Amino acid sequence: MSTTLTKPTPRIAVVYDRLRPEERMLFESFEQEGVAFDQLYAPHIAVDFSNGEPWSKYDVVIERCVSQTRGLELSRIFEAFGATVINRPSVIEVCGDKLATNAALARDNVPTPRTGVAFEVDAVLKLCEDFGYPIVMKPVVGSWGRMVSKLSDRDAVEAVLEHKEVLGGPQHKVFYIQEFVKKPGRDIRAFVVGDEVIAAIYRTSEHWITNTARGGVATNCPLYDELVNVSLGAAKAVGGGVVAVDLVESERGLLVVEVNHTMEFRNSVTTTGVDIPARVVRYAASLIVPN
Amino acid sequence: MQTIDTPFGVVEADPTALELGEILVTEDGVEIEVVGLDPLKFEEAPQEDEDWGE
Repeated sequence: MSTTLTKPTPRIAVVYDRLRPEERMLFESFEQEGVAFDQLYAPHIAVDFSNGEPWSKYDVVIERCVSQTRGLELSRIFEAFGATVINRPSVIEVCGDKLATNAALARDNVPTPRTGVAFEVDAVLKLCEDFGYPIVMKPVVGSWGRMVSKLSDRDAVEAVLEHKEVLGGPQHKVFYIQEFVKKPGRDIRAFVVGDEVIAAIYRTSEHWITNTARGGVATNCPLYDELVNVSLGAAKAVGGGVVAVDLVESERGLLVVEVNHTMEFRNSVTTTGVDIPARVVRYAASLIVPN
Repeated sequence: MQTIDTPFGVVEADPTALELGEILVTEDGVEIEVVGLDPLKFEEAPQEDEDWGE
């Protein structure tokens, strides 16, 4: 009697566009963990909502698009067809908008730098005077530290506001400011998978913007109670899933600066000794619906 | 590894190991993206867009 071995039908898909090191690491982890999965290249996807069969076969979809717009829409599509999406569209909506993130964090009493928003030049100038200089101005939508400005005085604020007024789209007319937190030349990124903080790194830079995408150097940050509790609180506030929480150390304790929903971890696996992609794969596999 | 002549320049790659979305750099330094596997198809890789990121 012979037995025919067939590959299991994948119940998990990874949808992506640009193949970054993170996506490669995830694919390798799926292979190593022995979890069947499909790679879905987002630019080739064409969805007919009257025929959900090609998409409804997945229990879990990991959304890994570098384009936040595309990622959000795909997350909505796969959730509509019944999948648990990592991350859910509601999480992407919150994390993809710094103001929405701040609102969620404030609602749940998660500590953040003092943050304000205004929609008109005189109003934001008044807010800046109230905060005191320097202040940090950020676009509500944006990543990798782009268009983040540290503004030392009213003249600098007025110059940036004029540029925003003349050149920017509607989102650049949402003037989002934060107090400038004097941090010790570094910030912290904590990686949250489900209900667990699995690792954290320090990001150190001589520049006040410490993103590794902007040259910040990653080193291991041992987990400690405050870091774990604040990070889990931030992840819960935005809706959970797989997120990276960025924090700064301040005289008031740890403050959450932002929460990222498609986290990059290429510099963090060797640094922390934690196999982050494998942990994501195991988490995704745990969400497969039992037959 | 093989020499692959693309509309954007020459790249050295193993065509059987390429993956969709992969970025290659031609001998002249042009970044190209693999957008089709059968047949192989390349496009000039888009540069960073406003909504790109984490």
